[in-house]
Amino acid sequence: MYLIVVAIGIYLLGGVASFLSGSSRRAAMAFGVGAAVLGAAAAAIPAGMALAGGSVEPIRWAWNMPLGSFSLAMDGLSALFVLPIVVLPALAAIYGSAYLDRAKSHGRSWLCFNLLAASMVLLVVARNGLLFLVAWEVMSLSSFFLVTSENEKESVRQAGWTYLIAMHLGTAFLLVMFLLLGRENNSLDFENFTAAGMPSVLFLLAVIGFGTKAGFLPLHVWLPEAHPAAPSHVSAVMSGVMIKTGIYGLVRTLTFLGPPLEWWGWVLIGVGVTSGILGVLLALSQSDLKRLLAYSSVENIGIITLSLGVGLVGLARGNMTVAVLGFAGGLLHVVNHALFKGLLFLGAGAVLHATGTREIDRLGGLIKKMPWTAATFLIASVAIAGLPPLNGFISELLIFVGSLKGMVALGSWGPAALLAAIGCLALIGGLAAACFAKAGGVVFLGEPRTEQAAKAHEVPSAMLIPMIALALACILIGLLAPLVLPWLSEAVAVAAGLPVETAHAELSGTTGLANGMAWAGGAVVVILGGLLLLRRRLLAGRKVETAGTWDCGYVAPTARMQYTASSFAEPLTEVFQMFLRTRREAQLPTGLFPREASLVTHTPDLFGESVFRPAFQGVKWLMGRLQWLQHGRLQLYVLYIVLALLILLAWKLG
Amino acid sequence: MNEPIDGLMVLLVLLNLWLLASSRLIACTRIVAAEGIALGLLPLLLSWDQGISGRLWFIAAASVIIRGVIFPQLLLKALRQANVQREVEPFVGYSLSIVIGVLTLAISFWLISRLPLPETPHLALLLPVALSTILIGLFVIISRKIAINQVLGYLVMENGIYVLGLALVKEIPALVELGVLLDAFVGVFVMTIATYHISREFEHLDADQLDSLKG
Repeated sequence: MYLIVVAIGIYLLGGVASFLSGSSRRAAMAFGVGAAVLGAAAAAIPAGMALAGGSVEPIRWAWNMPLGSFSLAMDGLSALFVLPIVVLPALAAIYGSAYLDRAKSHGRSWLCFNLLAASMVLLVVARNGLLFLVAWEVMSLSSFFLVTSENEKESVRQAGWTYLIAMHLGTAFLLVMFLLLGRENNSLDFENFTAAGMPSVLFLLAVIGFGTKAGFLPLHVWLPEAHPAAPSHVSAVMSGVMIKTGIYGLVRTLTFLGPPLEWWGWVLIGVGVTSGILGVLLALSQSDLKRLLAYSSVENIGIITLSLGVGLVGLARGNMTVAVLGFAGGLLHVVNHALFKGLLFLGAGAVLHATGTREIDRLGGLIKKMPWTAATFLIASVAIAGLPPLNGFISELLIFVGSLKGMVALGSWGPAALLAAIGCLALIGGLAAACFAKAGGVVFLGEPRTEQAAKAHEVPSAMLIPMIALALACILIGLLAPLVLPWLSEAVAVAAGLPVETAHAELSGTTGLANGMAWAGGAVVVILGGLLLLRRRLLAGRKVETAGTWDCGYVAPTARMQYTASSFAEPLTEVFQMFLRTRREAQLPTGLFPREASLVTHTPDLFGESVFRPAFQGVKWLMGRLQWLQHGRLQLYVLYIVLALLILLAWKLG
Repeated sequence: MNEPIDGLMVLLVLLNLWLLASSRLIACTRIVAAEGIALGLLPLLLSWDQGISGRLWFIAAASVIIRGVIFPQLLLKALRQANVQREVEPFVGYSLSIVIGVLTLAISFWLISRLPLPETPHLALLLPVALSTILIGLFVIISRKIAINQVLGYLVMENGIYVLGLALVKEIPALVELGVLLDAFVGVFVMTIATYHISREFEHLDADQLDSLKG
């Protein structure tokens, strides 16, 4: 356990050293990246031990704070989150060393980056409410400063404010939750938290408070603003692991609340289904690559939540198979999403680095210029769409199997509801596949649509290596699923409050299925390899000509004749127009030889536009009504204070 | 030894009312200086019966010198530099100010009578006068426009807090007392510098017009 403290220390020292290196760009980078990598190595050891079932000595130091104690512990659940939390920032830091602008020194950015990593590690091993909230707040603030790295742009400042306000509104709910828990138990130590008087209230507070961080619909509005604004390696960390701390918090809170009620599970399933479907629909209709990825994070958080909901329903009904599979699917998807979403953001960053734009419709044909970036991005796309044989498929498979077993085992109206959930999950998977076919296809295939895209070049190897590592992890988890699944049992046991043996036994029940999948996946790989070899054999000795992609036999094709991202998505967005409210401004071609025509589509965030904006406008209006109080006259301010004092004195004493 | 203390308190009340009635800033500064000297003697009178230690002499001397000599000198210097003589148009007129001053005394007596405090004979006047001094100090800050008057109001309020502290604790540790004095000293120091700069930048010392800077 001391290694965790050492890791946090390394992060902090490296961050501060990087900050103090001032104008020396090299030193700042060396300290920043070095700390992120070394810290990850130190923290990964105890996490690995805990996942393997070994016990890790907890730490409990006195802390001079009311109700606070510096107590840390590592159990399976913490360990499962610690691993991605340290690995992804380490890779992102290596990537960032080449990605960040070479002209400037980035000491401040590296300080915040390492603070973010340290606070996330502290957060998942903290065992005291106060310590947890402190880490939570450090995490929110350091990521706020990272989001606003390019604060000379108006849009970035705007995104930063949205993020800061959303985070603090969420934290307010958590504060109330911990205060209630602390009042019931007279202590803020997690070990003393027991089934409190009003578990349902606490559950709802946790869903809202942690859901804001995780990005549950409709609390997701900060995600599509903050992720595009942040530098890409930061978006990767934020989307890959930071939003998962919300999931961690929710699961950890569930362990305090005693035996779950069944409707909690249905609430989570409902939240998951809405986040998943609307998230992927909004992703499908975006034209900014990083905004698309941000919405896709909402979708994946939805899948995770849905899975946890299935687990809770299983627990409440006393069906351990459903419970274990639900929690295992959700937790595995947490890890998987960290891998492939991190990879996708890094890939989007590489595209941005090479072309200077995130607009999907201004790219195209990049697979020829940036083969490695394209290959890793496409692998991640396949994984995130939940296609076999990659890792996304394995976690979604667990969720499907859990829900199907639940359908068979649960009585009353459970089967119908679960069937609906399964249908929604399948719909999410299909839409995600369409969404990433659009993103990957329009960006990497075809011909370059603009000069920027035509001039693109492959990114330096410091950026490629982390991406290749993540892509390999996606493939390995997918192919080696039978070996990976048993490692989940410790985490699932903690999350579901079951003995490790039960979790292990239930997970072993899926080994046959996983084995089958692994063989099938292996077969797919072998067949693909065989086909490639065959193609080479057949083409050997023949002349190979290359022509423009999709030129459809025209004599003088232009890149503008290609399918665009919006036209690719149009049939689907048309069907779901009810939810999306896409705005179009079309100038249709007229006459026999039309000259000008244009089409602009824009899909605003439904909730941001029609719920939060009016609400905050209302608050602003109300506050504006109070402005007469604030007129800048010192004397009257003092008068307010005196009057308040006198009135209070007279009231209490009179 | 109650008569001298009561006498001192009556003097303090009269000085407060005089401050509310006078428009000439030099006179106001002198009144506050006189208050400072009077209050410097208060700890001596309070412990006359028990005998006076060297420490107490030291505190009294420091208090008299800082409140009675240094503060007024700083303020007079600031007045000379700013070249203002009198507060011409305060928010609250001088006669009304006196009425309000008397009212604060009444409110203070009423409030103190309701406060659950230990009954000690020599406190009969001390606490209400202390509270009214605090309120009058705040009133000066609120009702006057010239920045120097605001500094004076702050000092009067400080005096009130000092009396309240003496009345309640009696034996204030020397360190705390010196800390409070240092605090007030730094406060006055900063404020005189600020008023000097205000008068230099804006050619007046009218705190009322400072809201032209607000966003």
